[in-house]
Amino acid sequence: MDKLTFVLKKKTVTVLLVMIAVGLLAIVIGYFTGTGGNRVAANLLLNNYYFLSMALIALFFVAVHTVAQSGWQMTVQRVGEAMSAFIPVGGLLLILFFLLGGLHTLYPWTHEEHLDEILIKKQPYLNVPFFYIRLVVYLGAWSLLAHYIRKSSLAFDSLGQMSYFSRMRTLSAIFLVVYALTSVMSAWDWLMSLDPHWFSTLYGWYVFSSMLAGGFAALILVIFVLKRMGYLELVNDEHMHDLGKYLFGFSIFWAYLWFSQYMLIWYANMPEETIYFIERHNHFSGVFYVNLILNFVVPFLLLMTRDSKRVFGILAPVSMIVIVGHWLDLYMMIMPGTVGGEHAGFGLVEIGAFVGFLGLFGLVTFWMLAKTPLAPVNHPYFKESMDYHTNY
Amino acid sequence: MNKYITAYYNDEEDLLKGLREILKKGVKVADVLSPFPVHGLDTVLGLRRSRLTRVAFWGGAVGAILGFGFQAWVFTKAYPLNFGGKPFFAVPAFIPVTFEMAVLFAAFSMVFAYLIHNNLGPGSRNVIHDERITDDRFLFVVPIEDEQQAGAIEETLKAAGALGITLKTKE
Repeated sequence: MDKLTFVLKKKTVTVLLVMIAVGLLAIVIGYFTGTGGNRVAANLLLNNYYFLSMALIALFFVAVHTVAQSGWQMTVQRVGEAMSAFIPVGGLLLILFFLLGGLHTLYPWTHEEHLDEILIKKQPYLNVPFFYIRLVVYLGAWSLLAHYIRKSSLAFDSLGQMSYFSRMRTLSAIFLVVYALTSVMSAWDWLMSLDPHWFSTLYGWYVFSSMLAGGFAALILVIFVLKRMGYLELVNDEHMHDLGKYLFGFSIFWAYLWFSQYMLIWYANMPEETIYFIERHNHFSGVFYVNLILNFVVPFLLLMTRDSKRVFGILAPVSMIVIVGHWLDLYMMIMPGTVGGEHAGFGLVEIGAFVGFLGLFGLVTFWMLAKTPLAPVNHPYFKESMDYHTNY
Repeated sequence: MNKYITAYYNDEEDLLKGLREILKKGVKVADVLSPFPVHGLDTVLGLRRSRLTRVAFWGGAVGAILGFGFQAWVFTKAYPLNFGGKPFFAVPAFIPVTFEMAVLFAAFSMVFAYLIHNNLGPGSRNVIHDERITDDRFLFVVPIEDEQQAGAIEETLKAAGALGITLKTKE
C-alpha cells in the first residue's frame, strides 16, 4: 500500500526555518540599508496577502468539490485542507501587520488630517475602526470555517458517520457564499484602498481570478514536492491533468478580467480612472507587459495540449512561472500606490519577504499534512478518484 | 473485399469484453456504432488520439491573424476614422474582434474537418446498418478480406457472444 503517513523530516523543517530566518534577515538588512519603511511594509502586505490567498483558494478548491459532490479530487483533498490551515496563521500576521503601523504607513485614507473632499465622502466605509471590524470578521469567518471543514472531513474519515459528510457539505456551502462576498470586499479594503481615489467595480473579481490561478499553481507545486518526496503515489496523471486544466482555464479567466478592466478604462478615457494605468504603464512598463506574458501567454501556449498537463516536466515549471507572475500582478496592484515609481524596485526586501513567507507557508502546510493520513481512504468517493479517467 | 459482417451486443460491458476477445483472435474491426460514447472503447480498438484539436488550434490561429490583420488594415490604411482621439492603430479595441474571429474559425474548422473526415454532412451517403444503433444496440463492422474465411470469422464472433451476425455485401 501507498505511504499514507507523511513524515516531516528534521531536514525539511530546518530548510523551511532557514528560509524564514533568511527572509527576516533580508527584510531587516534591507530596512537598515536605505530601503524605505514604505517599501518594506508594501512587501510584507504583498506576500502576506498572496500566501493567505493561496490558502483560501486551497479551501475554495475543497469546498467547491465538496458542494458539487465530485469524487476525483479525493486523492489530493488532504493537501488542500492542509494548505488551508495557513489561513489563521496568515490572518494573525496580517492583523499584527496592520496594528503595528502597516495601516498608517500604506493607506492614505488613514491620514485623517489631510483628507480631501473625495476621501471625506468615502469615510463612512474607509475609516479605521470599521476597517478593523471588517478585518476581524473576514479573518474570523475564514479561519473558523477552514477549521471546521477540515475537522469534519477528518472525523468523517475516522468515524465514518454520514452526519459529518452532510456537515462538511453545509459548511462548504456556507464558506462559498461567505468567500464570494468577503474575497471581493477584502480586495477593496486591503488592495484597492491603497489608491483610495481610484475605483473599479471589477476589481474584487479581478483580484480573485489572479489568486485563483496563483492558488492552483501553489496546489500543483505542493503536490509536486510531495510526489518528489515519495508520497501521494495515488495521485496519477488523470488528477494532475484536471488540476492543469484549472490552471489553464483560470489563467485565461484572469486575462479576460484583466482585459475587461483595462479596456473599459482605456475606452472611456476618464482622467480619474486612467491615472491608475498611466501610473503603472509609465513607471512600471517592464512589469506591466511581463505580467501579461507570464500570466497569460505562457500558460495559454504551454498548457494547451493534453500531454503538457499530464507531464510534471511541463506542469511544474509553468506553475512556478504562474506563481511568479501573480506575485508580479500583486506587485503591480500594490507598489505604484504605496512606494511609487521612483522608489520601487527589485531587491533584497522583495526576495526576502517572499522567501520568508514561502518558508512559513511550507512549514504550516507540511506540519498539518504530517498530522493526518495523506488520503481519505474511507471516503465513499475514494474509489471513484482511483478509477478516475479523463479523456481531454 | 466487397463483403462485411455486422454484429451487435446489447450492453457496453459485453461489447468491450467481446471486442477484446475478437481482436485477440486476429479479426479486424473496422467500425463500432454505439448510441453513446463508451468509456475505454478507444483503448480496446487501439485508436489514435483525435487530431481535431490541432485543426482547432490552426483554425483559431488563422482566424486570429485574419481578424487582427483586417482591422489593422481597415483602421490605418483603408478607412481611418478618428474615434474620440484614440490612435488609429488601437490594439485594445481590436482584441475582442480578434478573439471572436479566433473562436469562429476554430469552431468552423472543427465542424467541417469532422464532417469531411467522417463522410457526413450534405451530399454524403451512409449505410444504416441497424436502426437501433441510436437506441440500445452496440453494433460493430468486420470487413471480409477473403471470402473463404467468412465462416471462420462468424464462428469467432458467435463464440464471443455477439448477436445478430449478418454477412452483407457493399452496395
